[in-house]
Amino acid sequence: MLLKLFIDLMSLSRKDTAYLVLEDGLVFEGYYFGHKGLANGEVVFTTAMNGYVESLSDPSYKGQILAMTHPLIGNYGVPKIIREKGILKNFESGNIQASGLVLGEITDGHEWNSEKTLDEWLREERIPGIAGIDTRALTLHIREHGSMPGVITNNKDAKGFDDYEKINFMKSVSVKKPIFYDNEGPTLAVIDYGMKEGILDCLHSMGYSIARMPYDSSEKKVFSYDPVGIVLSNGPGNPLLLKKETETVSNLLEHGIPTLGICLGHQLIAMSQGMEIHKMRFGHRAINKGVIDLRNGRCMVTTHNHGYAVAGDIPKHVKISHISLDDKTIEGIRIDSLNAISVQFHPEARPGPNDGFRVFEEFDSMVKNSTRSRKAGKLTLHG
Amino acid sequence: MAKKLPRKVLLIGSGGIKVAEAAEFDYSGSQALQALRDLKIKSIVMNPNIATVQTSYTMADSVYILPISFEYIKRVILAEKPDALLCGFGGQTALTAGLELWDSGFLKANGVEFVGTNPSGIRKALARADFQRLMRKEKIPVPPSFGVKNAEEGIKAANSLGFPVICRVSFNLGGRGSFVAYNMEEFKDSINKAFAQSGTGEALVEKYLNGWKELEYEVMRDIDGNSAIIACLENIDPMGIHTGESVVVAPAQTLDNHIYQRMRSVAIRVADAIGLVGECNVQFALDPNSYDFYVIETNPRMSRSSALASKVTGYPIAYVATKLALGFRMHELSNEISNSTSAYFEPSLDYIAIKIPRWDIQKFERVDQSLSSEMKSIGEVMGIGRNFEEAMQKAVRMLDIGEHGIVSVNSKITSIKRNDALDALRNRKPYWFLYAAQAFIEGASIDEVEGVTGINRFFISKIYGIVKDYINFKGASASEKRVMLNYMLRKGFSEAQLKCEMESEKPKRIDTLAGEWHSNTNYMYLTKNADSCESDFGDIQGKKVLVLGAGCFRIGVSVEFDYATTIIGSIAKSRGYSVATLNCNPETVSTDWNRSDMLFFDQLSAKSINSISKSTNIKDVIIFAGGQIGNNIASELSRNGMRIIGSDSRSIAMAEDRESFSRITDELGIKEPEWQKVTSIKDAIAFAERIKYPVLIRPSFVLSGSSMGVANNESKLIERISKIENIYKKKPIVISKFIKNAEEADMDCAADGNAAIGIPMFHIEKAGIHSGDSTMMIFPSDSEEMKPRIRVLQEMKDDVIKLVKRLNIKGPFNLQFALKDNNAYVIELNLRASRSMPFSSKGSGFELMEYAMHGSISQFDWKGFYEPRIKAYGVKSPQFSWAQMKGAYPALGPEMHSTGEVAAFDSNIKAALLKSWLSVQPNRLPLNAALIYGNNADIIGNEMRRWNDGLHLYSLDSSVDGLKDGAKKLSINDAIKMIKINAIDAVFTDGDMPEYDYGIRRACADFNVPIVLDSDLGTELSKSLGATTEAYELRHYR
Repeated sequence: MLLKLFIDLMSLSRKDTAYLVLEDGLVFEGYYFGHKGLANGEVVFTTAMNGYVESLSDPSYKGQILAMTHPLIGNYGVPKIIREKGILKNFESGNIQASGLVLGEITDGHEWNSEKTLDEWLREERIPGIAGIDTRALTLHIREHGSMPGVITNNKDAKGFDDYEKINFMKSVSVKKPIFYDNEGPTLAVIDYGMKEGILDCLHSMGYSIARMPYDSSEKKVFSYDPVGIVLSNGPGNPLLLKKETETVSNLLEHGIPTLGICLGHQLIAMSQGMEIHKMRFGHRAINKGVIDLRNGRCMVTTHNHGYAVAGDIPKHVKISHISLDDKTIEGIRIDSLNAISVQFHPEARPGPNDGFRVFEEFDSMVKNSTRSRKAGKLTLHG
Repeated sequence: MAKKLPRKVLLIGSGGIKVAEAAEFDYSGSQALQALRDLKIKSIVMNPNIATVQTSYTMADSVYILPISFEYIKRVILAEKPDALLCGFGGQTALTAGLELWDSGFLKANGVEFVGTNPSGIRKALARADFQRLMRKEKIPVPPSFGVKNAEEGIKAANSLGFPVICRVSFNLGGRGSFVAYNMEEFKDSINKAFAQSGTGEALVEKYLNGWKELEYEVMRDIDGNSAIIACLENIDPMGIHTGESVVVAPAQTLDNHIYQRMRSVAIRVADAIGLVGECNVQFALDPNSYDFYVIETNPRMSRSSALASKVTGYPIAYVATKLALGFRMHELSNEISNSTSAYFEPSLDYIAIKIPRWDIQKFERVDQSLSSEMKSIGEVMGIGRNFEEAMQKAVRMLDIGEHGIVSVNSKITSIKRNDALDALRNRKPYWFLYAAQAFIEGASIDEVEGVTGINRFFISKIYGIVKDYINFKGASASEKRVMLNYMLRKGFSEAQLKCEMESEKPKRIDTLAGEWHSNTNYMYLTKNADSCESDFGDIQGKKVLVLGAGCFRIGVSVEFDYATTIIGSIAKSRGYSVATLNCNPETVSTDWNRSDMLFFDQLSAKSINSISKSTNIKDVIIFAGGQIGNNIASELSRNGMRIIGSDSRSIAMAEDRESFSRITDELGIKEPEWQKVTSIKDAIAFAERIKYPVLIRPSFVLSGSSMGVANNESKLIERISKIENIYKKKPIVISKFIKNAEEADMDCAADGNAAIGIPMFHIEKAGIHSGDSTMMIFPSDSEEMKPRIRVLQEMKDDVIKLVKRLNIKGPFNLQFALKDNNAYVIELNLRASRSMPFSSKGSGFELMEYAMHGSISQFDWKGFYEPRIKAYGVKSPQFSWAQMKGAYPALGPEMHSTGEVAAFDSNIKAALLKSWLSVQPNRLPLNAALIYGNNADIIGNEMRRWNDGLHLYSLDSSVDGLKDGAKKLSINDAIKMIKINAIDAVFTDGDMPEYDYGIRRACADFNVPIVLDSDLGTELSKSLGATTEAYELRHYR
């Protein structure tokens, strides 16, 4: 019964050994996939069981080595990028943003819409991956000891870890100059701190034209687009490094134009109002998290991807709108006096459940109700 | 929590276990009862299934062992006055009963609230045409289809849709009555049958989505409309194979985020549309070549898949659903498994779980051997691993079908060639993965196997990879093998396959959160793919014991062994042990992590036990509760240094080995039918001639009479032996004298090595019918029925004590006798819990497991035989699944065919028998006419007349014994026609004569007409039809 068919004897021995070395000295041995080089970054994990295309292309993972807790990844390959009216429909950016990928097993799955395998994609983008890792053991380690710098390497004694908290990623993830996405509706100014295309897609689908602005755009530049609303996007890195951006946000808010903050944008709003930001031990990266809207008791399952959180004393004019059902942390705030709302989770999902879309709907009605948008007078938005 | 909680709740169970309605409902019902208890709400459970855990008092406050029928539920409600009814936890049986009660207005009139999803929502979900209308209104895609009310409309619909079509029947269970037709001829054949089995006379003819992916989303929703998906299960088998017949993987493996979330949102919209409060599953068909999908159906109740989803994720769906039904919001409840987070979230899995069904189709002659849209499987296992290969190969071993993994060792499979293997795949033979592996070995390509099965390439490639690795390994040199070994073990290959010793596996935790939050859950699985051991059970101080469960259910092993496993666990706990449970069957109560201190969801093997022992320091093991599987590994466990609580491995070996057991009975002066061990047909014939036919043939080490049979003559003997030899090459065959017309009796016992307690039971059917298929009776000790049996009972008791002392029996055991002319002949000793123990224990009020535990670790305070005083009459009846076993010939014999059992208790034998028989589905009292033929036809006929002289009686116009006077003679064909239209609504027959009455018996099965297959049972039953029955709580009978 031994057939010539199976001649690639011991294909496993052809795999190249790779190591995931953590700053605290823990080393995991596995094998390389993707680019066989060095990856440097903060090692974090997500418990999302699929959606690796969206996660890897999410600029919020810039500077991070992403471990996925579900052991089989790559099962449906990687699709061809779909771009409609300039907006990516199935990727969060044009490239892989994470600096490395850690898996239990990399599979070469292929579905009707895939263009390449996950392995091929990482090779193209020169991003190292390591598989054959007990990702649960890694997860428990990070859970107990916190997210920490690490490298994917072929040298198990590797040293020289990047200090994630000290790196400002804004330049590498934001647009260089404003991009305008035309639509029948009035314009929203979206400040890109490393924005996921999903945010753009959600806003655009509601009829808005969008001015996507670089992270360091001035107040004046923003208002040159005569926006009916402002959206502050998600993004990577330590928000405490973004002093100047916080100041700009503070000034923008003073205009009282409806403003929506998402993830990093939420943190910038909070900081601008004097609230504190803490680094979390290992962050929240998942697509299964229960959040309750305290104003109406409605719950939703949401996508999270953050390593910092808003905490501490709450100024009088700030109202908590959402909290996490798991640990009661702040998930959303509302500042009526400034016409601003913001959420820590990702209402655009991608990957994750679509429950959070109601945040965009709330923002939409804020815009509609505001004086400026009534003046604009040509809204054809759905309700 | 805004609503006021009820004070007392009635929960309806699902009745006897049948194909598609199995132990998963014991699990969901038990969780519901647990939730009620935690809320301090009084609970009443009503279920004739005596073998269930839910009908013990460990969870329910009151237990009613009664038929699930309108009449009996009413009587219970009037007696107990509950203020709420839970009917979403007992399968379709309970839901149908609940709706009927609602419709009648009886609930309202008696102040009983129908909690959970309201009846109009349930109706919208269940009536297929209404559901489709609702979905279209909500702009949810459903497959093109037509609701039809009769065959003619069906034919018209099929014509306009074009073939293939699938026809689905409303209110059905396990796809009963549903079918796929590729042309008009096939369609016409099946449509009539379909209408016979629909509760509402309505069916749906639908475009058949051949080869589409099939997915199930498990939705939880509270009264405020907060919803979450607990799991998405992906069927590896494509559309067209019933979910219950499919290999299922969780989490879904081949869906990208876009389509996963789109279907998730739609699943929630379906739940919104029917106003779900609790849990439902929503089934989808997804085009493998686009993002097109359709909603196929929803079950607005706990289902097989929701039970599976609970075990897959660790999320206690039924427990939470119960609280949601009572008005709690999801976010008000905590995640019981993590104890620190909220119940409102969606579990994340960091492992792969694979469910594989188990079929026993080969036990049924003439049955259609192909899988289809109707369910035939009888049990299931779930393999958990860190990769697909590990989960899959573990699951294959858990099936206990003799396979060590995907690559078969069964000569029936390894001998077949490429094209035959592909044909087997094309014809949907059970265990397709074995044929797929064989096809690859024989040179088939991935394309070919994908083509004939329609299974997604991702999974087929995985199977191919397993075969490739296996062949590479087999062809490798010793040094290459050493390099490969670790890799092979990580891919789930077993020691037996690789011919190697392997290190222990390590436990990993199932926590619903992929490790994100710290949790103290005790739910573990074992894996080779682990760097570190996650169990901290080693730190637990004091006495610790591992209880072995029953594993995969099959004919002969069912919920009764899960009852024993669960009960012995709580008894050990009450005696100060920390209890670990090992089991691999997701449809059980024993695998509810709430039941034990530690739960290992893994293979029942000496190797797993070793691994567990290493990580927990457990040395004591209880193997007697789970059935035969423990006995089979007893000596290996002893060799490994485990201490067996109960009879030790030597006692077990002596009892199981026919020869040594007979030497012992001879030595003790215990009577036994004459027997001999043979290894050739020649010896068998010579021995049979000496002791004279009929003879009984059986292999050693069997349960449920696998391959057992009676031979009346030489040719039958040869036929039977040749059948056995294929399966049991190395094991001897035993030929014994078959004692004709003997009464069969069972003694369920527990012993301490010297003394014993025993409960005698007597069968209505004569010896020769497998005890699992027999009707068993318990009599009060001082009853008229007991008097003529007193002398022989004494002999039985003496035999029990002799054996207990000689074999040093500790713990539970069951002794079977053939009684003839006041002599008791021992025919079988089972040194373990038996199928009938839940019945004997619950009927007598003496929990034999309690005595078994006591006897195993201590001494009884009496000497000799203790016979408990029994107060009431009890009757246990077998539940068959003839309807689901399409094409099978309903008949009784030495090989077991029933899938479940029910029981009833009363103050006289007639009432108990009638109630017990009525508890079996589809039994009901005949209203029109009875067809009676075979032995005792005249007696049965006269009794029927006496009961109801308006009843028409028919017999057959042939040579077979029939009614002599007053009955109209029918041709076989006329009889079949009348059965099909229910003009005959009861059939009494006898024996085994398929060449003669196959059509009649099959018609009964296909058209839900009660059939009595034994003349002794027929006689007793006909005398009992007019009995006045009671409807008291179980304690009343103790």
